[in-house]
Amino acid sequence: MKAYDASVSGTAQESTVREGTASSRAVTALFVGTARLKAVPSRTVLSRRPIQIVVLLFAVFACLGASDENAHFSTLGHKLMCVCSCNQVLLECNHVGCSYSDRMRGELAAALDRADSDDLVLQSFVQKYGPTVLLAPTATGFNRVAWVIPYLALALGLTTVVLIVRAWRTRPLVMPAGGVAPASPAEFERFRDQARRETEL
Amino acid sequence: MPQIGSFALLLALALSAYSFLAGVLALARPGPGSERLGETARRAGIATFAVVFLAALILVISAFQDDFSIAYIFHHSNRDLPAPYKFATLWSGQEGSLLFWSLLLSAYGLVLRLRHKTDSRLFAHASVIIAAVQIFFLLLLNFAAHPFAIMQGELPPDGNGLNPLLQYPEMVIHPPMLYLGYVGFTVPFAFALGALIMRYPGEKWIHITRRWTMVTWGFLTCGVFLGAHWAYSVLGWGGYWGWDPVENASFMPWLTGTAFLHSVMMQEKRGMLKTWNVWLIFSTFGLSIFGTFLTRSGVVSSVHAFAQSSIGDWFVAFLAIILAVCVFFYVKNRSHLRSEHKLESLVSRESSFLFNNLLFVVACFTVLWGTLFPVLSEWVQGHKITVGPPFFNRVMIPVALLLLLLTAVGPLLAWRRTSLESLKRNFRWPVLGSLATGVVLIAFGMRPWNDMSYFYSLMTIMLSVMVALTVISEFVRGGRVIARHSGQNIFASMVHLAHRNTRRYGGYVVHFGVIVVMIGFAGSAFNKDAEQEMGFGDKMNIGAYTLVCQSYTQEDKPNYGSEWAIIDVFKGGKQIDTLYPEQRFYKASQQTSTMVANRSTMREDLYLVYEGRNLDTGRPIIKAHLNPLVMWIWVGVWIMIAGTVIALIPNAAAVRVTAPARIPAESVATGD
Repeated sequence: MKAYDASVSGTAQESTVREGTASSRAVTALFVGTARLKAVPSRTVLSRRPIQIVVLLFAVFACLGASDENAHFSTLGHKLMCVCSCNQVLLECNHVGCSYSDRMRGELAAALDRADSDDLVLQSFVQKYGPTVLLAPTATGFNRVAWVIPYLALALGLTTVVLIVRAWRTRPLVMPAGGVAPASPAEFERFRDQARRETEL
Repeated sequence: MPQIGSFALLLALALSAYSFLAGVLALARPGPGSERLGETARRAGIATFAVVFLAALILVISAFQDDFSIAYIFHHSNRDLPAPYKFATLWSGQEGSLLFWSLLLSAYGLVLRLRHKTDSRLFAHASVIIAAVQIFFLLLLNFAAHPFAIMQGELPPDGNGLNPLLQYPEMVIHPPMLYLGYVGFTVPFAFALGALIMRYPGEKWIHITRRWTMVTWGFLTCGVFLGAHWAYSVLGWGGYWGWDPVENASFMPWLTGTAFLHSVMMQEKRGMLKTWNVWLIFSTFGLSIFGTFLTRSGVVSSVHAFAQSSIGDWFVAFLAIILAVCVFFYVKNRSHLRSEHKLESLVSRESSFLFNNLLFVVACFTVLWGTLFPVLSEWVQGHKITVGPPFFNRVMIPVALLLLLLTAVGPLLAWRRTSLESLKRNFRWPVLGSLATGVVLIAFGMRPWNDMSYFYSLMTIMLSVMVALTVISEFVRGGRVIARHSGQNIFASMVHLAHRNTRRYGGYVVHFGVIVVMIGFAGSAFNKDAEQEMGFGDKMNIGAYTLVCQSYTQEDKPNYGSEWAIIDVFKGGKQIDTLYPEQRFYKASQQTSTMVANRSTMREDLYLVYEGRNLDTGRPIIKAHLNPLVMWIWVGVWIMIAGTVIALIPNAAAVRVTAPARIPAESVATGD
């Protein structure tokens, strides 16, 4: 049997639970059916000081999960790729015998403990493992093109469609000289068929 | 046996070449003898199927007979491989999958050539084009990727075995489904190009290919989602879609094919978008070939590019020829593609199709752009970069949401123009229902302002509700009209309604399936995972579940050895299940593979992976994922397939309202 890399054991001894923020837990609970709802204000309170309550609630909700370290680890871990050539997200690498992913996870956890900024953490990984360690292009230099082009394509496409629609709408109908001749029975049948086609869908 | 297989492939190439050349001559020089020449071309095309089938059969028999003198069988099979996977050997490697592609193409060609009486000249054009595509694959099989190549030197006692990741039941059906989709788009492509070449009048070619396109799209949909399900069940990383280049390769033709299925209605109903439709189907076929090129060439690195080699140049050349031929005939005959009608209003069914097509094409372009950007980056910057899920999710989700919005809006718009009054009437309930859903979700704790993924999730669910209400309102409105006239109850009336216009209402069912899938995707914003080394009696908590390791053990089987854990699942202090995450070590290939243990419900999946064993303690390391709503994706796909099947059923006879006949005045006067 192929041996599992012993380096795994160092980080896997204790349970590492990565969950979403408090709000995500609450919504998951909605799906899962285990939530105890606490944050819904009563109607009477709402009627007395609606604005203050809304502001307070917004502040409370906005703060929920803001300092969730696991979520921070998860967010950064999902921006990095395992470099063991498995081509998987760092936190999703389940490559048996992978000699990189646990070490990299450890480095990420250490960097977060030092309270390094996100940019600094990601840059340190780039310097150590090369630019392919980042799962998405940075918004610098030529890499910016990767981000701009899809939105540019969408904007150009939308503009083109709107211009085409306008051009079609303003295109004049060609009227035959001498007015419109009465339709023959065959033409009537054709028009009827056209009407049926255009209205059945 | 291998000699017969090799001969069959050479004969198939000769027959395809004859079918192509004789077909071209018969079409180019119409005359008394051309009809008979064309008939011989058609029959050569039919014979191609028989010969390619023989070659494929020989390869499968060779796998079952463990004929390791054939290099392909040695590399992709072994003596202890279970029978279904020996059968799947046919498409498990490069050479076999190309042979399988060729077999499916010849089978599609067979059906097309047998139905030639529908319109012999158009079918003859399509047959010639299919023969040309067949020649390319048979050239590859005979000269670049020969499936019957013989092993040099002493015969090995056993084969290398099949890639462990492919030893999963779905791998017996996923590749055939995907290939049926890829190859199937050759047929509408052949008809579109044929109709353009012969300046075929009217839209009859679209009527002829409508079912082909829908069937092909259905197969591709099945193939893409079976691939996602396979990745979820086998790769063991807890997800189903990783924006891997190979996944993208299958997704791109699906996007343009879906755009074509929508825009083709504009041509059928209003004689519009003819040029667009022709190029959409050209692109869809081109992307199918391009996808194969991506998978085979190794241009981009992929998690599961199982069969890479140097045949990429062949595909580049073939793509260049396809493009040149399409451009040539388009330039030559583009006057034939003039639109018959103009668009009258921005608020109309036509414009919704335009925007829908724009979004599908932009989505396809974005996937293509992201897939190829690492190559572009290497050219420009001298080093590769990675373009992975964060990029695709950020760019594609807004496009998908816009598409979802159009899915809700489009069906409620009338052809030509829609009045403001009609808009208000049709959209009141879907919009109110969608807003109410948003309020309820926020009230229950969803915080879209905390994280972009929660915002997208909320929008997806709200828009999905809007689409669902749109679909339901369409059924109810039509059903009520029929119920009023026929006296049937509303449900019987809705069934009757769907039967009267299966394509339209089948399409709505597909839309319903799409929103169920989208709700499943929305659940991924709330995934959780946990990892722990688990000895006897150790506990791990995830969400509402407590996992207790009851035992772990090993087992030896002829094809593989395995390690697995027995995990009891508790919820609310009560045992609800026992799961068996497993890891296998395949002896022939000396490779390891995970067998995920998944407890799947409509609410969530509890997904356990046996990650390995700590050699110091001997205890297994278990990773648990809690993935909400994943089952919705698979249920949604079934609904999509059901909708496609409904759309394929012929319409029940429509009740025609007869108008009074116009009688010429002179006939009345003479009493005729």
